[in-house]
Amino acid sequence: MTRLPQIAWLADGRRLHLQDGPIDLIVEAEGSEIDIGAAYQAAARRFTGLLDELCTELTELRAAAHAQQCALKGVVARRMHRAVAPFAADHFITPMAAVAGSVAEEILGAMLGAARLQRAYVNNGGDIALHLADGQRFSVGLMDRPDQHGVLRTLNISADETARGIATSGRHGRSFSLGIADAVTVLARTASQADAAATIIANAVDLPGHSAIVRCPANMLQPDSDLGARLVTRDVGELSDHEIEDALEAGASCARQLLLSGLIESATLRLMGRTAMAGASRTEAHNADKGRQRVPELMHA
Amino acid sequence: MVTEPTTATAGDKIRCDACPVMCYIKPGAAGACDRYANHDGELVRVDPHIVLERTVSHGGRLVPFQAGGDWDGTLVREPSMFVTAIGAGTTYPDYKPAPFIVSSEIDGVDMVTVVTEGIFSYCGVKVKIDTDRYLGPETATVRVQGEAVGHVTTSEYGSQMLSLGGVHHLTGGSKKEGRITCDALMDLSNCKPVEMTIDGGATVVVQAGYPPIVNGVAEERMRVGCGSATIGMFAKQWQGKVDEVVVVDDHITGVLSEHQAGKLLDIPDTGIKMKGRRSTPGRYFQVAEPGTGWGGTKISDPLTVLGPFDPKTARPGTTMLMVSTTGEHAAYYELDEALKPVEKEMPLDLKLSVERIQENCEPALCTVLFMGGAGGSLRAGVTDNPVRLTRSVKDSLTRVTSGGAPVYVWPGGGITFMVDVTQMPAGAFGYVPTPALVAPIEFTLRLSDYAALGGHMDYVRPLASLKDNTEIRQMPLMPGRRA
Repeated sequence: MTRLPQIAWLADGRRLHLQDGPIDLIVEAEGSEIDIGAAYQAAARRFTGLLDELCTELTELRAAAHAQQCALKGVVARRMHRAVAPFAADHFITPMAAVAGSVAEEILGAMLGAARLQRAYVNNGGDIALHLADGQRFSVGLMDRPDQHGVLRTLNISADETARGIATSGRHGRSFSLGIADAVTVLARTASQADAAATIIANAVDLPGHSAIVRCPANMLQPDSDLGARLVTRDVGELSDHEIEDALEAGASCARQLLLSGLIESATLRLMGRTAMAGASRTEAHNADKGRQRVPELMHA
Repeated sequence: MVTEPTTATAGDKIRCDACPVMCYIKPGAAGACDRYANHDGELVRVDPHIVLERTVSHGGRLVPFQAGGDWDGTLVREPSMFVTAIGAGTTYPDYKPAPFIVSSEIDGVDMVTVVTEGIFSYCGVKVKIDTDRYLGPETATVRVQGEAVGHVTTSEYGSQMLSLGGVHHLTGGSKKEGRITCDALMDLSNCKPVEMTIDGGATVVVQAGYPPIVNGVAEERMRVGCGSATIGMFAKQWQGKVDEVVVVDDHITGVLSEHQAGKLLDIPDTGIKMKGRRSTPGRYFQVAEPGTGWGGTKISDPLTVLGPFDPKTARPGTTMLMVSTTGEHAAYYELDEALKPVEKEMPLDLKLSVERIQENCEPALCTVLFMGGAGGSLRAGVTDNPVRLTRSVKDSLTRVTSGGAPVYVWPGGGITFMVDVTQMPAGAFGYVPTPALVAPIEFTLRLSDYAALGGHMDYVRPLASLKDNTEIRQMPLMPGRRA
């Protein structure tokens, strides 16, 4: 029996929800009615079978990436490799570190190939590919506590800037982290690049050997994890203010290097209520006590 | 949970074939999608929204949820369907408004159920343990794995009451205290057993809907009443069969010949001398220290509550029954020539009266009431103007349920409610690392009332739109709720 992805409108009737296995996308397009229809048709068409395509090369995608060589064939698989390759010389990284962003990019690409859109985004569980026509902008809300009011800060992305990808990595997400960051949100030219870079920076927010950090081999938790027996963070006990600053600084230093190499546009690092930034600050911090802020178009943790 | 038939097991792991990723999943863990999990070696779907279904007849049939075909645009007229918040989640970017705002039509009235999973960092449970046995002094700390998770409040009727959790244990103490408190609350709320020790008292295993296990012994019955009440209930049945009856009780020990009930039946004095403090005739406080022996006292030999019989009144051959308030302990005595009670084989009709006491004791159970408050942010998921939701609940326009179960909403500020966890579907509670418990909460009200209180009308979706990814569970008929 053929397994088909689940494709449905969200409650607002504007956004499309695409889900297949672990891929979960929320898509919105803005433009003329005809263009929106065409874009959603294209998204649904491209999404169908995409997971199967990826899974034919799953073993290779879960293996450490080589900095120069790539034997992968699929267009999304190759994009995943391209995104992680700049890190492969210095870090253990597999193409899987960029899977979410790469899929988001692929779907957005299919939509843009079929329609003229003013704005569009494909949000793959927090890894987001954006499209902005001239003069358009998105504001993206960062929040650390879903059970509390308001956004932490707002990132503004306008068409004249280069960032078209947003990704967040950290130890609370669905994939494992080698570091202790609660969240590292990265803006990069593409979603796949943002995805890979967020992983690397979140891994760098760390206090190696610290006794309050509980780690566990990844394959003890998920037998087929691409991280194998590498220790992933399970819990972080109490840290002093000084230690939090140290861990954040380790991550921020990594982020600054990536910024210099042109791999990212900016990064926002969050650990135990403290924030560190790297890159041009287009963000507005919100005072959470001031109550509800204007709600940005995209919410993101 | 929906069980998928096609899985291959590999040791304790199972291989999921729901999608081509083919995850190996360890017991208790979920696959890469977080949608399928290994539950005791069985592949189960964990994400679906749970729709509770109530049928009028007991043990009624399951009705397919809009089975087959697409939604035709009309509102579902299925008053027995109720959508719960379990699995509604709080995911981004959709956590606000509340993940699902469902409309269905009940008796021609457009109804709205706002469904969300609330994060309750200021929550706790109230535990009622049906036992006379002494669990510990009032305000004594209750510990799980050595961490303080709550305290003994008091004894009410025939039960010992504990208050567990609350903000001071969840987030006010050490991280470990918070984590263990959160785990204990979640397990208790999900009807799992939790062992707790009480400072200066007993070790007790509490599981909602099951008898308490006190110091390794499962409790069977609640006492029939206090010792005095037991005398009152059974005096007539004892008349003419025995000269004296002492009902040993931690609270009020009753003595038949002195008790008002005995006086009314003209039962003569026996010269019995009780220890303890006499309250009114035939009723004694504090005949012994509290404990886990006879009638919630610490005694194992009931004669220790008696002084010597008064030689002026007592006569050799006087018969006496001593029994606890549950009938669990009983002994029969006759006074010898020296007026000392000597234990003898109990006559059959007295044995029957002891059995009658046992029969009138209800089964001892632990009950767990989850108690939490719907805070500002949760209410905001429901409406733009949170206080109107509170007022609407207070005015009885909005019905609050938790996992479909009826709740008691406290008078006063906020929406603070209590719910019997055994009325809720399995696995209704989760947690976040804050630490705090995640519990389902639903608000049901007229669609017009919902609009009036500033509801998120744009997000209202028809019941039928939940038909995929939705689990249907059958629930017992709710008292006071029309099916």
